Amino acid sequence: MTTTTSSTTSYHRFKPWNVGRIVIWSLFALMLIVAPMLFKSSLALTMLSQIGYLIIICLSYNMLLGQGGMLSFGHAVYTGLGSFIAIHAMNLASKGSLPIPLVFIPLVGGLAGMMFAVLLGYVTTKKAGTTFAMITLGIGELVASMALMFPEFFGGEGGITTDRVYGGSFLGINFGPAIQVYYLIAAYCFVCTAAMFAFTGTPLGRILNAVRDNPERVEFIGYNTQRVRYFAFIIAGFFAGIGGGLTAINFEIITAADSVSVIRSGGYLLFTFLGGATFFFGPIIGAVLLVFASVLLSELSKAWLLYLGLVFLFMVMYAPGGVASLIMMNLRLAKFGKLRSLWPSYLGLAGTGLVAVLGAACMVEMTYHLQLNAALGPVMSFMGASLDTTALSSWFGSVFVLLTGLGLFELCRRQFRQQWSQIQEEIEHQIKRGEAL
Amino acid sequence: MAQNATYALELRDLRKSFGKTEIIRGANLAVNAGERVAIIGPNGAGKSTLFNLISGRFAPTSGEVILNGQRIDGKKPFEINRMGLSRSFQITNIFPNLSVFENLRCGVLWSMGYKYTFLRFLSGLHDANERAKQLMEMIKLDKKRDTLAVNLTYAEQRALEIGITIAGGANVILLDEPTAGMSRSETTRFIHLIKEVTEGRTLLTVEHDMGVVFGLADKIAVVVYGEVIAFDTPDKVRANARVQEAYLGSAVADAQAEGH
Repeated sequence: MTTTTSSTTSYHRFKPWNVGRIVIWSLFALMLIVAPMLFKSSLALTMLSQIGYLIIICLSYNMLLGQGGMLSFGHAVYTGLGSFIAIHAMNLASKGSLPIPLVFIPLVGGLAGMMFAVLLGYVTTKKAGTTFAMITLGIGELVASMALMFPEFFGGEGGITTDRVYGGSFLGINFGPAIQVYYLIAAYCFVCTAAMFAFTGTPLGRILNAVRDNPERVEFIGYNTQRVRYFAFIIAGFFAGIGGGLTAINFEIITAADSVSVIRSGGYLLFTFLGGATFFFGPIIGAVLLVFASVLLSELSKAWLLYLGLVFLFMVMYAPGGVASLIMMNLRLAKFGKLRSLWPSYLGLAGTGLVAVLGAACMVEMTYHLQLNAALGPVMSFMGASLDTTALSSWFGSVFVLLTGLGLFELCRRQFRQQWSQIQEEIEHQIKRGEAL
Repeated sequence: MAQNATYALELRDLRKSFGKTEIIRGANLAVNAGERVAIIGPNGAGKSTLFNLISGRFAPTSGEVILNGQRIDGKKPFEINRMGLSRSFQITNIFPNLSVFENLRCGVLWSMGYKYTFLRFLSGLHDANERAKQLMEMIKLDKKRDTLAVNLTYAEQRALEIGITIAGGANVILLDEPTAGMSRSETTRFIHLIKEVTEGRTLLTVEHDMGVVFGLADKIAVVVYGEVIAFDTPDKVRANARVQEAYLGSAVADAQAEGH
């Protein structure tokens, strides 16, 4: 009897269609639509397309890592196999033996990814934790080496090629121009992101969080944790496959050495983590970073993987929540009106950090120059300055810059830490006072 | 129907060995529906192991566990839970990164039939939300609705542990040292809470505090060296010579000195 009266009260403050959420999703859609109008170069368009499907892939990966606590080293198996099935489907369709329009090809990839997740995931998700990670690694290696054993299907070293323009054109759309492919990717990106976000608010999504937090306890509230992991794995495989299908459409060529490799799986893991696995939107940032790193950073320096490794190292040590957690922490400060007082410290940290990075980068680049470009002579140019890699002065100079940077950075960091904990205390205090009222 | 025809929970010659060591050595117990049973015994007697065998955490080496007339020995924890038995843990065992409300809602979901659903939103499951809210009020944590479980005080976490345990509506509840690590005043309040929330259900609890045992239990089971050496009302257990000899002597005297 009391239930009927109290059920009318607003006990669930969570509303699926609140204003803030509508604004955020509209902005996301708008960004996807407007982006190619703002960045018109063909490089930008390539990057945007890649970002589009990588968002889907990284989000699907985070369904395992961030939401389910499953550290997978084999996510490329599902994206890669999705790509291969999709590309074969495209080739069959262009021969006329399979009536699938291009817009549904990503779904073919998705179903393929899901199917392989059903098959392989059954073994994988039997265990959690370290064992799970090991099994994914094993399966990743297995599929990667299988791919080289069956050139009929995987195309050997040359890979499988296709032509995405096989259907007739409809309203002038035949998916020949890259911009049309971008909008196809963008549409899938939006729908998949929304679907994966919706998943986080379902019973299975929540129990998946519970399994991440405390699998043993979940067994004692009626849930089979293997089942929960398995179902989540299948759903993640589906979205991974969609990402793979879009990759196939975008590149029109898929090679086994690249797309199902363990290195690729490692990339998804690394950038999902960098973006931030603890927040839903973290992997979106990760996908953007992944494209910028692999397209732009690799252009800038031969040592880009080394820099990437260093960044990853520092993130794991100092900001294990990734970029997303840094953003959210600062938003929290802003909410309590404390952000402004931190600006000088941030500037100090950035400035001194940059000096240290500059010194380190000088040394890294000189080493790379000596090792790889010795034939071009000892002088290299770095950020507009020419450095003699054989002269002691340039090495001493770099070390000096590095040490100065590090020293000043450490001073800034100590001061910042003090300030930071003080501010956190003030916020805690403010919250407590708010609760008391 | 005679009350004794089916017990809520029955152990028949239950045994468990780890390697060559037999920890539970032929335990027998028959608990009627609605009874509150305290399990006492010296450290290392096998009380927690007994709970682990009943709840499916370990499979017994031999013997039977019967829940409401059905064999449950050898079944998995989640199967046993679905059949109506739920337990708490000696070491707090909650979902640290979920809020109080989410912790309780997770406990509710399976029993309300939502299982592995991913085609409905949690916010639309009004019955589950309502039940989670009621639980939150029962364990007096409704003011901490959105606090992450990891940020609760110890006593609050223990209350949440009980909340999750009773959430699924199981009719047999096992509480493993629910008041461990609490101060006396907290314990008193907490026992009151346990009585309240387990009203009408069958309760088995491992407890060290004799004051609590005699205040809470309808019956006491004394476990010594892997066997149930006595199972009776508090008064009779107190008078039992074998129990006194084996274990209780001083503890009972303490409890009596405190005014029981």
